[in-house]
Amino acid sequence: MTTVIEVSNISKQFKIHHERHKSLKERLLHPKSGSTELFSALVDIDFKISDNETVGIVGHNGSGKSTLLKCICGVLQPTTGEIRLRGSLAALLELGAGFQHELSGRENVHLYGAMLGFSRKMIDGIFDDVVDFSELEQFIDTQVKFYSSGMYVRLAFAVAVNVDPDILVVDEVLAVGDERFQAKCLDRIRRFQEEGRSILLVTHQADQVRSVCDRALVLDGGHLIADGPVVESLRIFREHLLDDAIEHDRAGVQSSVTIDAITTPSGSFDVRSGAGMHFDVDITSLTAYSGNFVLEIFTRSGLLVSRSDAQGSPVNLRPGHNRVAVDLAQIPLLDGIYDINVGIVDSHGNTVIAWREQGATIQVIYDGREGGLVELGASIQQQ
Amino acid sequence: MDNATSAGVPRRPIEDASVRVMSARPNLLTRLRNLASRRELLSSLITSDIRIKYKSSVLGIFWSMLSPALTLGIYYLVFSEFLKNGIPNFFIYLFSGLVVWNLFQTAINTATGVIVDRASLVKKVSFPREILALANVGAAVVYFCIQLGVLALVLLIVGHQPAWNYMWILPISFAALYLFTASVAMVMSALNVYLRDVKHLMEVLLMLWFYLTPIVYSYENTVSARLHLHGLTLLYFLNPITLIVLTFQRVFYVAVTVASTVPPHPTLQILPTWSISMFFFLNLALLGIMIVLFLVSLTIFGRLEGNFESEL
Repeated sequence: MTTVIEVSNISKQFKIHHERHKSLKERLLHPKSGSTELFSALVDIDFKISDNETVGIVGHNGSGKSTLLKCICGVLQPTTGEIRLRGSLAALLELGAGFQHELSGRENVHLYGAMLGFSRKMIDGIFDDVVDFSELEQFIDTQVKFYSSGMYVRLAFAVAVNVDPDILVVDEVLAVGDERFQAKCLDRIRRFQEEGRSILLVTHQADQVRSVCDRALVLDGGHLIADGPVVESLRIFREHLLDDAIEHDRAGVQSSVTIDAITTPSGSFDVRSGAGMHFDVDITSLTAYSGNFVLEIFTRSGLLVSRSDAQGSPVNLRPGHNRVAVDLAQIPLLDGIYDINVGIVDSHGNTVIAWREQGATIQVIYDGREGGLVELGASIQQQ
Repeated sequence: MDNATSAGVPRRPIEDASVRVMSARPNLLTRLRNLASRRELLSSLITSDIRIKYKSSVLGIFWSMLSPALTLGIYYLVFSEFLKNGIPNFFIYLFSGLVVWNLFQTAINTATGVIVDRASLVKKVSFPREILALANVGAAVVYFCIQLGVLALVLLIVGHQPAWNYMWILPISFAALYLFTASVAMVMSALNVYLRDVKHLMEVLLMLWFYLTPIVYSYENTVSARLHLHGLTLLYFLNPITLIVLTFQRVFYVAVTVASTVPPHPTLQILPTWSISMFFFLNLALLGIMIVLFLVSLTIFGRLEGNFESEL
């Protein structure tokens, strides 16, 4: 294990001009006007990333994750602290990577490669692979101003993954491109992982972090609040989102609903595969509230097995103690341990009112012959 | 189709890779080293700069000649024919000063706005930002070389011998010119991020600057005596372009004193009567100052660079 990215005590402050004077005249006429305020986008961030690691950075908007990424990529200078990078880095920050509109795709590949710090000879060597990956053979000599946004991103991503970087930094770009190209990108990321490179992925899609990363960092208000295994970090992330929501909740609904416990009549959470299961969720509410009930089941590796109805099922909470009965008619899962999250969301399914992460853990016992996640009852016969 | 690019080639072990350190304020040495390691990017940017400028124009790079040629023609007509300044071979005198000025002016005019213009790049890709300004200076150097070639051609056609014994001072002079132009370009491009009117200010300033430099008039014949009278000679020479222009004129125009073309043909002193060693030492001193200026400008750029991302 070699440390590839070492971030030590990084802080970044921005000056916020309340009234911006951009011209000389305005600055001369009003030298004092327009107050400035220091805004700390990052506060004492400290972590290390080794080779062979894929790390996700999650955080809601304004948490500082893009700022952190920009500091790592060298686009921004930290106010204090130091970042050490070992090896070459290719970054995909937003779309297009600053292509020159007037130049052709071919010329832009060369220029962008030079920007990333790779030699002309090296770019020549990988040029065909870049074109191949981007699937832009026909358009490579067309000026990029005639490209569609999808073509733009494809070309940028193709360069970034083909220059053979030791560190790949990806910022939300996977959200673009058609599904097939996305799959191709994820595929390439997987291969990078197998080759032992470091990947840093910023996203607010928790599912993506779950499926790609081994470790996740959670940023909140410029502070690093969690750094650890994905499942653990995501739990902290969610709790924080909820805390945040409670803080901004004027009606006070969120603080009034709490999920107390998940119980089964027998007290055991063991279940045989294929059998049904019943459990009760105890909820205390201070006011009457109509919302939706959501149930999620995850594998231990963080894969979402099932979310009961995307919007949740309606429940009417009375003031005081409530009990919601959950019946799972049949659990076709195979052997393993599964985590259950339950929550109450508002009737539109947008705002989380109460949440219980890992409220219960069920153990499924299976003695059949299928492998994987679910039992499909396969029967194979030769005819 | 997604054939492996890297899978075939064994990857060098990560332990051997070089370590880059990014801190709040990289020191000057780091900056210079970073800059030196990105020569390839500089040349790519220069070529793309020139290519973009003349892309989809029929005459292409000839446009870079047309505008200086027109300026040259107009100044010649105005000062030599209409105003009768009496300088013989005024065309050559003008040309040797203008090549220097054109380099400076083109570079500053294009470089001042470059970081603002390329904001999308600056916000996304990490590279020494001063390279953007330096690329514009580089492109101006390319045009400068073309113009120098044309000047040589003109001298050949007219049969005008340059001062060969002074020729070896030109590289020193050029180095000073390059460093000065690069310094101004870097600082202005950075300042323009914070104050957008620096670009307009520079356009106006360059016009004034042009006339503060002895290009369309002769230093000795026109301003030297009056500057001396008011004790302003030193101030005049604070403009580094002046010495460089004088050197170029000395090399290509050669004649220090000439007979006026205007009757009654008095003798005119056009260029300073400095010896070769005087020219050499002055240029060497200028080069020394310019090296210091360049380093200072690089430091200033580094200070200003920190907040580019939030100001763009």
